[in-house]
Amino acid sequence: MQVTIKIKRFNPEQDKRPYWAEYRLMVAPTDRVLDLLHQVKWEFDGTLALRRSCAHGICGSDAMLINGVNRLACKVLVKDLGEVISVEPIRGLPVLKDLIVDMEPFFDAYKAVLPYLINNDPIPPGERLQSPEERAVFDETTKCILCAACTTSCPVFWTNGRYLGPAAIVNAHRFIFDSRDQGAAERLEILNQSNGLWRCRTAYNCTEACPRDIPVTRAIEEVKRELLWRRA
Amino acid sequence: MSRAHRYDVVVVGAGGAGLMAARYAAQQPGVSVAVISKLYPTRSHTGAAQGGVGAALGNVSEDHAEWHAFDTIKGGDYLTDQDAAEMFAHDVIDAVYELEHMGLPFSRLPNGKIAQRKFGGHTRDFGKSAVERACYAADRTGHMILQTLYQQSIKDNVTFFNEFHVLDLVMVGGECRGVVAYELATGELHTFQAKATIIAAGGNGRIFKVTSNAHTLTGDLMSIAYRRGIPIEDPEFYQIHPTGLYKLGVLLTEGARGEGAILRNADGERFMERYAPTIKDLAPRDLVSRAMYLEIREGRGCGPNKDYLHLDLTHIDAHIIEERLPDITEFSRIYLAVDPVKELVPIQPTAHYAMGGIPTNIDTEVISDGANTVVPGLYAAGEVACVSIHGANRLGTNSLGDLIVFGRRAGMFAARYAAEASFGNVPRDVLDYSRSLIDKVKSGPGREKVAKLRQELQETMQDNASVFRTEESLSRQVAILKELKGRYGQVGLEDQGERFNTELIEALELGFLLDNAEQLVHAALNRQESRGAHSREDFPERDDQNWLKHTLIYQDGDGVRIGYKPVNIGKYEPKPRVY
Repeated sequence: MQVTIKIKRFNPEQDKRPYWAEYRLMVAPTDRVLDLLHQVKWEFDGTLALRRSCAHGICGSDAMLINGVNRLACKVLVKDLGEVISVEPIRGLPVLKDLIVDMEPFFDAYKAVLPYLINNDPIPPGERLQSPEERAVFDETTKCILCAACTTSCPVFWTNGRYLGPAAIVNAHRFIFDSRDQGAAERLEILNQSNGLWRCRTAYNCTEACPRDIPVTRAIEEVKRELLWRRA
Repeated sequence: MSRAHRYDVVVVGAGGAGLMAARYAAQQPGVSVAVISKLYPTRSHTGAAQGGVGAALGNVSEDHAEWHAFDTIKGGDYLTDQDAAEMFAHDVIDAVYELEHMGLPFSRLPNGKIAQRKFGGHTRDFGKSAVERACYAADRTGHMILQTLYQQSIKDNVTFFNEFHVLDLVMVGGECRGVVAYELATGELHTFQAKATIIAAGGNGRIFKVTSNAHTLTGDLMSIAYRRGIPIEDPEFYQIHPTGLYKLGVLLTEGARGEGAILRNADGERFMERYAPTIKDLAPRDLVSRAMYLEIREGRGCGPNKDYLHLDLTHIDAHIIEERLPDITEFSRIYLAVDPVKELVPIQPTAHYAMGGIPTNIDTEVISDGANTVVPGLYAAGEVACVSIHGANRLGTNSLGDLIVFGRRAGMFAARYAAEASFGNVPRDVLDYSRSLIDKVKSGPGREKVAKLRQELQETMQDNASVFRTEESLSRQVAILKELKGRYGQVGLEDQGERFNTELIEALELGFLLDNAEQLVHAALNRQESRGAHSREDFPERDDQNWLKHTLIYQDGDGVRIGYKPVNIGKYEPKPRVY
């Protein structure tokens, strides 16, 4: 079938501002948007710049704004979109070239929540014990691939780039609710600041955008409640 | 940013092996460490691994490192270096506990211990029956290992140079003094002077058309080392996994057949009954891939092009599929719009893992010949390296173990070396080679297209040098590669920019792929026997008399030179490989 793909282009070495470029392609309904982007790059315009690696939804490189929704380009098919497909870089992060954005602010927010196990007890010879029930409590939030689809779909983040954002909170959740971790109080303090989790207005865009089906908004809620209960 | 850097230890690659190496190197007092990666670390392909990490913890039933070592040696069709396998099986136990201490969220048994399950090739008591050796974190063990190691590197404040592409090793007088890397964001070349360099840059699956590997796995460092006079060991041993999603190559875990899934051809026949009457669909990976290839060749493939087969799960209870095989269910539904519960899943063999690579001793020091001569200042670990613990065929769950055991060793040994060594001078013309690579492509005539050459490379490698190899097909491929290399000299670029020139990167990567293909094809042509994943229709038997040795292939002008390295045989005499 024939589709028209519109891509938001921007070359910092040549363009003053971004512009839309259109390409007509012959594709199969089961082609991924990533396949279309490759077709454009390899057959029409070698200058098209994008990030991609695993091509099956695991590495998180190719989060993009596709037909108005944040998706991984390798996980959405032509048949789910129709004959006109628009592709833009994710919002709220500086565009470096075409579909490549500056991920540093995103990773800075992630690092700010101390995203690693904090446990000061003596290390046991074997594994620390953890029951299946304890393990299940934080299972969902271990799935995060740091693709930024959630944070860059958040209307609060678009207007306030210093908001830590859903991904950082999800990764804080993963440790706060891990029975082996002892750093919950520290992380909750960090999240309790002016650009922390109270910026969340429960818009739910993040939950819709997450390609790993993590219930992001619910995870943020759980962290909010944890903070409140500890205070009480 | 300055373009000349100095670190005691430089690690190339930020996957499981690279991050583990960086962590251990950083623990040596007074040693500075930097990690250079072409991708942001969490994009590394370690994250795609599913099955688990094999270690004889014995949490479910009795298990011993001894048994794991034997399984690894036999699994490698006796090409495995036995001293390495024994050390590996022993060390991986502590390495797994360490991952847990770092916070890895393993799945758990009711008693709170790390959960373990059965996996192909892992047995109790030297082959008596399957044993629960694979430690897993749901169906995303690789993802969790990568995330956990990256989290630790944040805690340890490791220095990263992300989206830097290493293009050259700085070799002076046979010693490695660092690397040269291209910064994607700016187009600038950087020199990283190092006392010790650790290569952990992953595999090269993109030499084939249908592969489970990411687009970025183009064998960069296997090519760069080769160009700098270091041989590549056992490149002919490349694992083709039987069940990848048709056309995509995305892996469908071996666990599906473990749960009862059956392979069928266009006639609906359970064809494995003919090739392996006893164990049928659970035969070793290399055997199944060969059977599938023959079925397609003989015209019993499915679909309009008769180029795939079916994986049948329809007879399996729906809730078992949803619960135990959620990942393949999702892949199949999303990508092929096929519901495994009700429909047959189109699959084909997919290129998966390089058993060979840059040769090292068991201390991860890179060696340059069959006498184990060490290359000072150079180390390698992970899929890019060949110790060899995987021999002619790798067992599932041994790759994640490989990363953590040898990543750890590389970090430790490299740092220890760096603590005593001094910086070697870097020659004035250190950037010349990399610059010439870039200039040649950028100012090329553009009579050939990178994407087209790459496609031809991948398709011909698939046809002539993957599962089904003969003197004829391999010789044909040698000629094809020669022709492709010539045409590669004619490529050009549309993108003449400096910033984020991804077209340039793909062009350079094609050069690396051509080298990797050359290594594999010549070595495969040379080895006149079948062993593990290397299968010659014209030499179908294993020949221990003449071929119980490792291949070492060197670049030699326009051609290659082949040498050998003895296999370390310990307690286990090679026996016929029967399951």
